[in-house]
Order: sequence, then structure tokens, then C-alpha cells
Amino acid sequence: MKVGYYPGCSLESTAWEYNDSIKDICKTLDVELREIMDWNCCGATSAHCIDEEASFMLSVRNLEIAEKEGLDIAVPCSGCFSRLKFAEKNALHNERFKDKSSFSGEIQIHDILTFLNQDEILKRIEKNVKNPLKGLKAAAYYGCMSLRPPAIVDSTDHENPLRIENIMDLLGIEVIDWSFKTVCCGGGLALSRTDIAKTLIYKIFSMAEEAGTDCLVTSCPMCQANLDSRMHDVSADFAKNFQIPVFYISELMGLAFGSRRTGKWFRKHLVNPKKILKMRGLV
Amino acid sequence: MRIENETFVNRIAKLTGKEIYRCFQCRKCSSGCPVAEFMDLLPAQIIRLVQFGFKEKIFSSETIWICASCETCTTRCPNEIDIALIMDTLRQECIQEGYSPAQKNVYLFHRIFMASIKDNGKIHELGMIKNYKQKTGTYFEDIKLGLKMFAKGKIKIFPHKTKGLNDIRRILDKY
Ligand code: SF4
Ligand code: SF4
Repeated sequence: MKVGYYPGCSLESTAWEYNDSIKDICKTLDVELREIMDWNCCGATSAHCIDEEASFMLSVRNLEIAEKEGLDIAVPCSGCFSRLKFAEKNALHNERFKDKSSFSGEIQIHDILTFLNQDEILKRIEKNVKNPLKGLKAAAYYGCMSLRPPAIVDSTDHENPLRIENIMDLLGIEVIDWSFKTVCCGGGLALSRTDIAKTLIYKIFSMAEEAGTDCLVTSCPMCQANLDSRMHDVSADFAKNFQIPVFYISELMGLAFGSRRTGKWFRKHLVNPKKILKMRGLV
Repeated sequence: MRIENETFVNRIAKLTGKEIYRCFQCRKCSSGCPVAEFMDLLPAQIIRLVQFGFKEKIFSSETIWICASCETCTTRCPNEIDIALIMDTLRQECIQEGYSPAQKNVYLFHRIFMASIKDNGKIHELGMIKNYKQKTGTYFEDIKLGLKMFAKGKIKIFPHKTKGLNDIRRILDKY
């Protein structure tokens, strides 16, 4: 199986371990990722806030390139995925933007989780589990942008998605259900209104703690960075002692597949994820 | 071009959809908004103010800058009003009409983010954060966190660049 790959800026910096683990598990699953040529930033959270046209033009350039290459694309970053879907819908249906690009909608844009949830891939995942992650309790955390708005990202499961849970189940993880898996973490305001982001992070970790999970599992690099990097500060500010690492789903897949690269990924986390894995006898 | 006597609500409806006329103030948008507690006006109040043409009140509100673009309101509105897009549009109109944004740092952050894309075609965190801290005089906030991220190799010293930078500069020439 071959698919185009749009990593996005985070995966080349703060989310290096996400990129590396996705490439690693895709090799195991016999999925060839072809990075699209000379891609550029999708405009992320800022461009659409202050300049809708620039936001469209930045995103659609990537779609035009991918379409020329003739490959559907899988997008690991929820933020990029959302912006590329906005560009797709605007290029095809919005009178304001229709004439501004050559994109004609011949390729599909998949959020990485939807891509991994195809029946054929789920079968391959199941087949490749060498070390089931028995005993690990994990709650899925989706954030916003791979789910909303449903009319743009073509989701039908946005109020109670199970894309991460489906995979965790195959890995042998004990899935913890909770009510905060689609609540915003405030990533877009992390630098300019840190106080707001911290309050949202506090609520998420409080709910996770109450749900009794060992860790959170996500596919969004902005959520991961925001939650992982601020957990200690938030603990101090709110007189808590949160100990909840945030994994990328691909890292846990790699761990269950017996990948040799897991140590490299876990070292990148600010909240040491090895403690809980050791406690559960998994490393 | 703007039609002389175009009303405010007509203009916003033209840019974001005529569903905005349908709002019946159920406040579903506002009860699910994760940052409502930090806003000076609720999302539902913004919609009502647009309907009534209270432009000044909207453009001087913090709400339009505090909205985190989580898209929960748009997803849940029973009248299919695209509140998140209306927030985007109001921010842009606010700037275009020469109002000064009520949350200066939020606006500044967005500008600096755009400038970073213009420089490299991709985001270079180190350059962007340095720029933001310099312009806001907040160098010492988050310094420990920054050093930790750096030690983990999460922040690159040198930017990755897009080769087709000319395309990008054309799109972002005003930043
Ligand atoms: S949810 Fe929709 S109809 Fe209800 S108050 Fe908000 S904008 Fe109005
Ligand atoms: S998009 Fe903005 S206004 Fe709407 S719910 Fe999210 S933060 Fe609130």
C-alpha cells in the first residue's frame, strides 16, 4: 500500500518522535509513505485567524502538488489535516476561492487515524502485535481538529470518536472511557494567553486523573506538546501532582510491535513515560 | 468593493453564510465553549450584536481574540451558524477597519507566525518564539521550559526551508 505523506512543521521539530514512530510503524505495516515534494506550512492556527485568503493559498499549494503526484495523502497532524480539508472544501465549493487554485479534488485527504482505521490496516496491526501492552490503562485524547467541524473534515463520530480506542484495543491496552477526549487544550493560545491554556490543561489532567488512567494517547502534535510541556507547571500552579504522560498512538503501536526505536521516542518526552511502562512491566 | 449602504450584518452574512440571521439565542454555542469564562462577551452575544449592527462593541471586545478556534460552537449550533468562521471574519474586519485589537499579544503572535512562514515556507519555532518574546518583552516567562525543550532537541537551531519560497512570499507579501 502506498500513500502520500504531509508531515507538517511540528513533525520536523517538537514532534520528532511522532514522525519517527509513524515511519517506523508504517514500515512494519507495509505502508509506503511518500512525502509530498517541497511542501510548505499549512498556515496552522494563525493564518485563518487573520487572513483567510492567505490561509487558503498556503494550504492549497500542498494539495495542488499532491494532486499532481497523483497520491491520496495521510496527514498525522490534526491541525494540518483540518487546514488541508478547509482548503479542499473552499477550492471546490466556495465562490470566493474557486478560481484561485487548480486543485480539482481528485485525491483524498486522510487524517492518520482514519487511515489506520481501514479494515485492511487494522488486520495488519493485529497481526503485528508481538508484545501486547497488557495492564496499561490509557484514555484517548483527540482534541479538536481531526473531528470538527464535521462538514469540513467529513467526520461522523465527532462527539464520541473511537479511532484511537480501536487501535489501543488491538494492542492489548485497557481502554479508559472518559468525557474529555474531544475538549480543546488551548494549544493555539499557549504562547499569547498562557493562563488560558493552563486552565484548560488543568481541567483535562484533572479529569484524566479522576478517570484513573495511566496516560493519555493522542494523534495531535499540538495537543501533545501543550499537555506534555506544561504538566509540571500546571501541577505547581494548581497544587496538584499530575503524573500522566501523553503518548502518540504510533509510539504505543511501535512498542507493541517490538520496535527497537522506542527508547529514542520516549527520551523526547518532557514527562518521562518510562516510569509507568516500567510499573506495568512493559519496558 | 463595498456597497455604500451595505449593513454590517449583511456584510458578515455575505462572508460567512446567511444562517446568521436565524440565531434564536439558545446559547448552545456558549455553553460548550471551552474559553467562555475568559471572554467579555459570550459567542451568542457576539452573534446578536452582529445582527443588530453593534460593530464598535464587537471590534473592541476581547472575545474575538480569545476564541481558540476549537469549532465546538459551529459543530453544535442547531441553526448551522458557522460561529467559528464568524469569529475569524470579525478578527479580520476588526483589523481592516483600523480598530486596535483588544488582545494585542494574540494578534501580534499571529503576525509573527505569518512572518515566520514567509521567511522559510515552514515554521521555525526558535526564530518565531524569539521574535515574539522580544516584541512583547516577555523574555523571562517560560525560560525554563524553553531550555528543557531545547535540551530535548525539540527546538531546531536552523530552519527547514521550502524551496518554492517565491510562491510563499507572493502569498504573504504583506507580512
Ligand atoms: S448555538 Fe446557534 S442559534 Fe444557538 S445561540 Fe449560538 S449561534 Fe445562536
Ligand atoms: S470556536 Fe471559539 S467561540 Fe466557538 S466554542 Fe471554540 S473557542 Fe468558543
